[in-house]
Amino acid sequence: MTAAAIEVDDVSKKFRLFRERPTSLKQRLLSVRSRAEDFWALRDVSFDVLEGTSLGLIGQNGSGKTTLLKIVAGILRPTSGVVRQRGRMAALLELGAGFHPELTGRENVYLNASFLGLSRRETDRAYDAIVEFAELEEFMDNQVKFFSSGMLVRLGFAVAVHVEPEVLLIDEVLAVGDEAFQAKCLERIRRFQREGRTIVLVTHALDTVRAICDRAVMLHHGRVHALGSPDDVVREMRYLLLGQVDQGFVPEEGTREAEIEAVDLRYANGSAEGPLLRDDPFTIQVDVRTNEPVEDLDVDFEILDGATNHPVLDARASRAGIAIGRFDGKKRVRFHVSSFPYTAGKYWITIGLSSRETGRLYHVQTQRYLLEVIEVPRVQERVDVPVTIEVEDL
Amino acid sequence: MAADAEVAVRTSEASRLRIAARVRDVASRRETLLNLVRKELKVKYAQSVLGAIWSLLNPIVFLAVFSFVMRITNNQFRDYPVYLLSGLLAWNLCSVSLTTGARSVIDNGNLVKKVAFPREILPLSAIGVALVDFVLQSAVLFLFIPASGHGFSLPELAVYPLALVTLIVFTTAMTLWLAALNVRYRDIQHLLNIGLLVWFWFTPIVYSGYLVKDVLTRHPVLGVNLWNVFLVNPLTPIVMGFQRALYAVVRPVGSTKPVLPDVSLPWLAGVLALVLVASLAFLRLTWGTFFRLSGDFAEEL
Repeated sequence: MTAAAIEVDDVSKKFRLFRERPTSLKQRLLSVRSRAEDFWALRDVSFDVLEGTSLGLIGQNGSGKTTLLKIVAGILRPTSGVVRQRGRMAALLELGAGFHPELTGRENVYLNASFLGLSRRETDRAYDAIVEFAELEEFMDNQVKFFSSGMLVRLGFAVAVHVEPEVLLIDEVLAVGDEAFQAKCLERIRRFQREGRTIVLVTHALDTVRAICDRAVMLHHGRVHALGSPDDVVREMRYLLLGQVDQGFVPEEGTREAEIEAVDLRYANGSAEGPLLRDDPFTIQVDVRTNEPVEDLDVDFEILDGATNHPVLDARASRAGIAIGRFDGKKRVRFHVSSFPYTAGKYWITIGLSSRETGRLYHVQTQRYLLEVIEVPRVQERVDVPVTIEVEDL
Repeated sequence: MAADAEVAVRTSEASRLRIAARVRDVASRRETLLNLVRKELKVKYAQSVLGAIWSLLNPIVFLAVFSFVMRITNNQFRDYPVYLLSGLLAWNLCSVSLTTGARSVIDNGNLVKKVAFPREILPLSAIGVALVDFVLQSAVLFLFIPASGHGFSLPELAVYPLALVTLIVFTTAMTLWLAALNVRYRDIQHLLNIGLLVWFWFTPIVYSGYLVKDVLTRHPVLGVNLWNVFLVNPLTPIVMGFQRALYAVVRPVGSTKPVLPDVSLPWLAGVLALVLVASLAFLRLTWGTFFRLSGDFAEEL
């Protein structure tokens, strides 16, 4: 069994918010009691990060992500609770920490690297790779005050990814640079994972969490709101966001005479791995289980465009003339969608069980299942396409 | 990962400062410290043609001006530039360390909030920068002394290392203390500027130490010899040590009164040793304060 690289045990963090903070002796002496309010940035947070795994830390702004990362990094002290951390660690809370505009690129690399815990000899060894990664070969002897902000960010990240710690904490620094550079950064993180390093990643990019993390934690108002597989936690995060846009939003409701037991997506080839090709057929398979005999079950689904939140497709058993009679036990319903012509992107599927007669909802799972659609890759190689030739007199 | 990898435990309580372990922590980041000192020096002289020569020029001009003024005013104070500079350079090391050191944590607030490292590195780098200047300027003085015909005297020169070590320990203790307090109460840096002005004139740097001793000893207040009170200022014995080591002659030939306080060399060495021990105790205390407060620096800034 692998050990935990990071154990966060019941950690809380209280900040004192001063309406007018006494930053001078005079204020301190004159105001008998400073007006301070307590603000709990973290409350009873516990989780482990096993060695060699990657954890995504998500949540809205102000949910406590960065505070938590700073406590793990040893920059802030918890108000209560304990963090245990094993192995050499580097925390990337800011790119190019300590960069000074008057120094050259080379000097800044050495300064920044030493703040991240790299020795001079280690930096010597990594120096060429750093410069190459940043793509700044010609500029390293210029003062960085002449660098563009993009160049600075690239240099900062290049140093950061060449620190080779056992535990790496990353705060929202992946969202830098152009797309090509971002891809390069992600590739580097994947390499870290292959090398068995432990990563904690704070980000707003939910897709990144789903793509690279083994587990995820979602914080909400300083508490752990969800903890588990990235898919589940990202879904919780989405529910939270939906709930804020629409006050009436509930992810799951119903009287539960009948319940949705399982939902499966099947593509034409029978598998459900990866995304769906645009225009391909697929099947939504819904397993229903009753808790008491149900007279008039109706099953429906609805697909929403994840980008616009508009419904694009729906179907209902009763509308298709299918009347499921009284039953008690399990049934499987398959919706065969013959083609999905909508543009590439993410779509969310809502499944509902209701009464045909009264419309009463037995069980509804709102926007719970994800359908990813990609364009058919463009054909670029030469292929043999039959061409017929016709000549006609005019 | 090694099974016996070191486990870092972070709790609410500031762990007590264990000097040996902490010294090891700071020493393991000595490259960061050196890089920071190098950075400050480079930034200080960035885009200047003469660079570090500016540091040397300062005492050179000092020596030249005072030699010239003393000659044309036909002053009785023999080799005054040597006397002045031997005390002044020591004073500068202390006062520059204190002023830049007190601001060091605040000035590097962004680093403190984003990067974990032993916070001591920041005030220590301020001292490091002041120390580099001190070494350069002392080199000028050490060249000037034989060149001006003043010369070194050996038993006195032996006090120099003792005075220097005492100065560095005392300065480090004060700097750590002020740097930590200044994070919460920014008044410290303003208070310090006024304090240093008063402190400077209460230390025999510009004027003759003997004069003070003479006056204070002859006029006791309520039976107390105020000279002993004057010596409570730790910089007085330290500066006296530097002056005794470099200026050396207590009573210059041809002058009516001594320039340096007429104390014996062993007595001075004894007082310095006492100040050193007290400074070490003070350092232990202020380092403890710094260490305790440093856990909250990121929050306070």
